[in-house]
Amino acid sequence: MEQSGSHVSSTKFETKELKAGFGRNMVLNGINLRIPQNRITAVMGPSGCGKTTFIRCLNRLHELTPGATVGGEALLDGENIYDRNVDPVAIRRRIGMVFQKPNPFPTMSIYHNVVAGLTLNGVGDKKVLNHAAEQSLRSAYLWDEVKDKLTNSGASLSGGQQQRLCIARALAVEPEVLLMDEPCSALDPTATAKIEELISNLKRDYTIIIVTHNMQQASRVADYTAFFYLGKLIEFDETATLFENPKEELTERYITGKFG
Amino acid sequence: MTGLVYAAVAVAVVPLVLIVGDVVIQGGSQLSLSFLTNLPRPVGVPGGGIGNAIEGSAIIVGLATLIAVPIGVGAGIYFSEWPESRLSFISSFMNDVMAEFPSITLGIFVYIIIVLTTRTFSAISGGVALALIMIPIVARTTEESLKIVPVSLREASLALGIPRWKTVIRIVISTGRSGLATGILLSIARATGETAPLLFTAFGSSYYFGGNLNSPIAALPLLIYTYGISPFPQWQAAAWGAALVLVGFMLILNLSVKLLIGRKFAGVRAEI
Repeated sequence: MEQSGSHVSSTKFETKELKAGFGRNMVLNGINLRIPQNRITAVMGPSGCGKTTFIRCLNRLHELTPGATVGGEALLDGENIYDRNVDPVAIRRRIGMVFQKPNPFPTMSIYHNVVAGLTLNGVGDKKVLNHAAEQSLRSAYLWDEVKDKLTNSGASLSGGQQQRLCIARALAVEPEVLLMDEPCSALDPTATAKIEELISNLKRDYTIIIVTHNMQQASRVADYTAFFYLGKLIEFDETATLFENPKEELTERYITGKFG
Repeated sequence: MTGLVYAAVAVAVVPLVLIVGDVVIQGGSQLSLSFLTNLPRPVGVPGGGIGNAIEGSAIIVGLATLIAVPIGVGAGIYFSEWPESRLSFISSFMNDVMAEFPSITLGIFVYIIIVLTTRTFSAISGGVALALIMIPIVARTTEESLKIVPVSLREASLALGIPRWKTVIRIVISTGRSGLATGILLSIARATGETAPLLFTAFGSSYYFGGNLNSPIAALPLLIYTYGISPFPQWQAAAWGAALVLVGFMLILNLSVKLLIGRKFAGVRAEI
């Protein structure tokens, strides 16, 4: 498996023989991947290829499922997050996650949703919270739409707005990496376009990994793309190269729609 | 077909209407401020009341709630959030068994461990007996209310770097809180009406609570039982009045539950 293009930017996240599964089922079989810093990397592949499990290993969410198994290493800035001495809770503060279906906290207002990651971790200073709320909502392209109704319930927004709220909530904690699991698959095209635009802007400050099964989205948004199949990393390259000139036959067949 | 459905509803509702109607008719004439605040008087002396029974029930049920809510809610949280543990599995099953226990056996159990050892009937033993009835109800409704909270909310919280215990307290319980409140209110309604366990624990009394939780105390169901089977019309009438108070209290509690569910569910519906 060839990896190229990451000499342009340094490596933020590197996995070494990362394996994962449930009980006796292996879902990921030894993934070796270097995610470039401050770039958008798409993880693509047909259903069941392990892409969601892969990113859930990166913020140590996978191991919380009863029966889940993990092996190998995942190095964030060169340090293994699976090391015995590492606190998974602290890791999750450095790595944010946005889920497929928007999941704002239903009992909290928009404002409290955004700053939840801060308030529930002990931050009480009003000035800090207000600043974080406005910054994150601006980065999520949601500030203008909600600035006058911050006390409304988080659930009172439309689907696309809720997802941007979830993005703002993840950003408020100031993570270094943002994991996104098919963030637009539950949204209409207009909402999708808005989110794709804001994702492109976010890479200035964050390293973004986005799982998608939508090839057009990957080519629109991602700098790099990794193609997974049946738990293995088949190919990883700059998006343009991967789509126009794939090196692996399996990649080519997936891209031309022969399966998927 | 629709006719059959209507008929079924009628069969279900008619007994309730008859019972409530009967209690209202027979007990309505007794209701007055003095009835609700006076102590019982000897047969033949007018003006007796059920004040001590109302006070006694409040004290016993209050005690029971103080004991049952922390234990029941704690157990319910454990069953819901740590289902993978063996202890959780076994206790949850035993909890369901206890919920079906005949309340009189719980009364006998408390009689043996508290009344016999302290050598006195008491409000405390009554409270403990009712708590034993309430705990399984609270634990079960808590468990079910928390299980309804979507996994995605827990994951969203964990992904923010919030520890699991805080996720449970600040997110899961907060989201399921109306279900928890409902369970507690329902268990209170159930406990207030229980008679058998109080027969050998609280025992009943003709006086107001004197400040000593270790002595016998009055309770509405006990009064209804004692006066209801007595041969004196004056006391029987008082029993009807007490029954009306009890039924009225139940109705108010159940209405509150309906109101609570109605208001809070709006938030959950939007999220789905």
